[in-house]
Amino acid sequence: MLTVLLLLFPVAAALLLHFAKGQAARVMAFGASLVEFALAIFIAVTSQHTARAQFEVNVPWIASAGINFHVGIDGLSLLLVLLTTFLVPLIILASFRHDYPNASAFYALILFMQTGLIGVFISLDAFLFYFFWEVALIPIYFLAGIWGSERRIQVTFKFFLYTIIGSLFMLAAFVYLYFQTGVNGAMRSSDIIAFYNLNLSAAQQAWLFWLIFIAFAVKMPIFPFHTWQPDTYTESPAPATMLLSGIMLKMGIYGCLRWLLPIVPKGVSQWDKVVMILAVIGIIYGAIIAIRQRDMKRLIAYSSLSHVGLMAAGVFSITLMGMQGAVVQMLAHGINVVGMFFIADIIQRRTNTRQIPELGGLTRSTPLLSVTFLVILLGTVALPLTNGFVGEFLLLGGVYQYNNWLGAVAGLTIIFAAVYLLRMFQRVMLGPDSSFSAAIRDLSGSELAVLIPLIIMVFWIGLFPNVFLRISEPAILQIITMINR
Amino acid sequence: MTSIILLSVLGIVNLFLGFLRSNRMLLPVAMIILVVVFGANAYDWNSASQSYFNNMLTIDRYSVAFTGIVVLTTVLLLPFSQKYVRDDEANLAEYYSLLLFSLVGAIMMVSYENLLMLFVGIEILSISMYVLAGSDKRNVRSNEAALKYFLMGSFATGILLFGIALVYGATGAFYVSQIGEAVANPANASMQPMLYIGLLMMLIGVGFKVSAAPFHFWTPDVYEGTPTFFAAFMSTVVKAAGFAAFLKLLVQAFPAAQNFWIPTIIAMCVLTLLIGNVGAVAQNSVKRMLAYSSISHAGYLMIGLVAFNGALSGLSANGIFFYSLAYSIATVAAFGVLKLVSDQRQREDYTALNGLARTNPLLAFVMTVAMLSLAGIPLTGGFFGKFFLFGAAIDKGYIGLVVFAVVMSMVGIYYYLRPVIAMYMRPAEADATEPIAVGTFQAVVLVVLALLTVLLGILPGIFTGVL
Repeated sequence: MLTVLLLLFPVAAALLLHFAKGQAARVMAFGASLVEFALAIFIAVTSQHTARAQFEVNVPWIASAGINFHVGIDGLSLLLVLLTTFLVPLIILASFRHDYPNASAFYALILFMQTGLIGVFISLDAFLFYFFWEVALIPIYFLAGIWGSERRIQVTFKFFLYTIIGSLFMLAAFVYLYFQTGVNGAMRSSDIIAFYNLNLSAAQQAWLFWLIFIAFAVKMPIFPFHTWQPDTYTESPAPATMLLSGIMLKMGIYGCLRWLLPIVPKGVSQWDKVVMILAVIGIIYGAIIAIRQRDMKRLIAYSSLSHVGLMAAGVFSITLMGMQGAVVQMLAHGINVVGMFFIADIIQRRTNTRQIPELGGLTRSTPLLSVTFLVILLGTVALPLTNGFVGEFLLLGGVYQYNNWLGAVAGLTIIFAAVYLLRMFQRVMLGPDSSFSAAIRDLSGSELAVLIPLIIMVFWIGLFPNVFLRISEPAILQIITMINR
Repeated sequence: MTSIILLSVLGIVNLFLGFLRSNRMLLPVAMIILVVVFGANAYDWNSASQSYFNNMLTIDRYSVAFTGIVVLTTVLLLPFSQKYVRDDEANLAEYYSLLLFSLVGAIMMVSYENLLMLFVGIEILSISMYVLAGSDKRNVRSNEAALKYFLMGSFATGILLFGIALVYGATGAFYVSQIGEAVANPANASMQPMLYIGLLMMLIGVGFKVSAAPFHFWTPDVYEGTPTFFAAFMSTVVKAAGFAAFLKLLVQAFPAAQNFWIPTIIAMCVLTLLIGNVGAVAQNSVKRMLAYSSISHAGYLMIGLVAFNGALSGLSANGIFFYSLAYSIATVAAFGVLKLVSDQRQREDYTALNGLARTNPLLAFVMTVAMLSLAGIPLTGGFFGKFFLFGAAIDKGYIGLVVFAVVMSMVGIYYYLRPVIAMYMRPAEADATEPIAVGTFQAVVLVVLALLTVLLGILPGIFTGVL
């Protein structure tokens, strides 16, 4: 029942939010998201970290078709649920300084989105998973489309079309698999276990792989399915960007781990080289473009593209090291990218610009901002002792085990990240004084309240990664055994 | 049967109420009549199937289910006729009576056993619609719509009747079950050319009624000219009843000839999907877009015909039932909002919707739910409608057809999002900053429509596998 509560609480809160206006809506949404976080913590503390899903609920949903409402939380789900419930309150808090028109609808959509995201992470039925996968898309479309900046209409439209077309391929694959479960007179089922147990030929898996993979690749996004991403990240309002990059991106990687690899392992072994090469191209491509960016948000968007390529490479290396690296890096990237976008938003709000060349010397009047910015930035650069280091170390280790050359090329990401991120820091925070450097205000209390938890997490994951690795290890090991069947 | 009797009698009573010269009474009375009919129909659900007039009509679960859809749709549609209530010139009693009588036709179409009953049912429904299409008599477009619909419709029913005659000539029967036996009988092989021509003509006749391509040409013009309220009725009730009749015809009379008609229906289906979806993209008027989208939905429903399994239950029949229900509810919501907006803003193009989310959040929300449902996006009934129909077709091995339909529904997303973008993301036009006046009753019905759509999208299990 706890899982159902976890799922329904945000959407119930979102409905109640309709009766609140302005300031009250923010506070209510923040309160609701904190309660949700507490619920997730409670689940984390009381669950055992085995490969078996905990707190399972399995009741008929579309009874006549053998489709069930089947949810449960194993170690992998738990980490992502924790990430989601941890970030959403911070994202809501981060938006307190903005005065969004029609605030109750704005926050209701964020909470609605949270339900969709958690649903994706805990669904154990293919159609339920697809249902939540699309449900998460609807609120973000409106968040970006209504409250975004000038070019929002074209950009969000493109985003919507890309992702929904991608997911339709996945739906087609799921429907096909669903009918496969019933071939020998058995009852048709869309349960994840039924899908795992299918005996698919290598030829079937070869095309099923692409149908499912494209949906996840668009969401992450992996090169060359990424073209919606920089525009959407740039044009969306800050909280929507944080949701997109911090959490929604992880839907794709999670999908690969939970749904793609175990269901079509033979398809993976046929195509993993292609995916690895695409991922590595994405790493280098994103990094090189990031170096050329002048807009802070765009720079972070391309940096995110580069980092997600590395996570995908880790997943498709099919090594414990690479996959565990992807899991830790999902957490680390979620924390870092939300922090980076928040800081870009703070700077934009104070100076009305995100253009790096127009800024400079901000550190003189904003010591707090520059310290927090530096910490999060170093986390992204993967400095040892920070969260990024653990993730990238494991990821690169996994990719090396897969192929030395690819590992070597992928390793360039750390150098590139240092180049573009430190350059950005230097030109924005240090560098010659700009017109803003004297007058700019330092962090306020509420902004610190967002950044301090993020910084704590940067160090916590960096110093004690085992806490998190232990939670996901049984689940990952089980996935690997299923692939190697 | 009770519903047919009730509708006929109460329709006449309703007509007499027109003498009272008080339009205010008519709407509540018509609503009550329909609710009573809905209840009487639902009462038949658990009784065994009953036959009437020498088995010419059968009331079974199949007919009760589809009767439920058409009556429910009409109940939910009626509140949007409130403008006529205030308009003294409108002949409200006649309008409502025609709607009630046309429902009789619709019910006959879903419960016929004899092709003559099918023909009579189609005619009762169609003749009412010819009149209603022209009910805005001072409007040239409405007159044009009525004339166009009448002329084309008459040809179509003529062709249908000719088809019925040829089928009778080939099989010697009007009853669908007897036709089915005769078609399956190898001794009748010499009659095949006549039978096939007859069947083809019947496909044309019914195809016209459900606006399937290439017999769709009347649809956009007629919808555009017909008053929005009646256009909504046309695109929901006529379509739901038409497909119920279509499926019954193919399942009971021609299962043995499926090698002949399945390729024909597939060709029509592909053409319908293509013309409906591509045509809708090019429209600037929301009403014309809905007209083309109604063509495209005929295409999706035809997938259910192709996936037929020789019974009035199972995946294909349930798919058509669920789809008709979800489609009707969403379409009533879309036309309802469009009617309220166009009555006040005197425009039916997308700009009329600009900024509607600011002035009327409720209307914008309901319209959005309707559009998402028609586009087939999860959380709405439209998603599961498509899901069940496509699933039925995949089960039968028509993967290519489903892939094509999926590609076409991607095109659909493009034009269904345009109203949403207009309402939420574009600023209002200078002359359209005033909120639209929405009556409490209409608001309640709109909320009910949105809730039903979401209910179908979250708990589809309630309505699946009922047949």
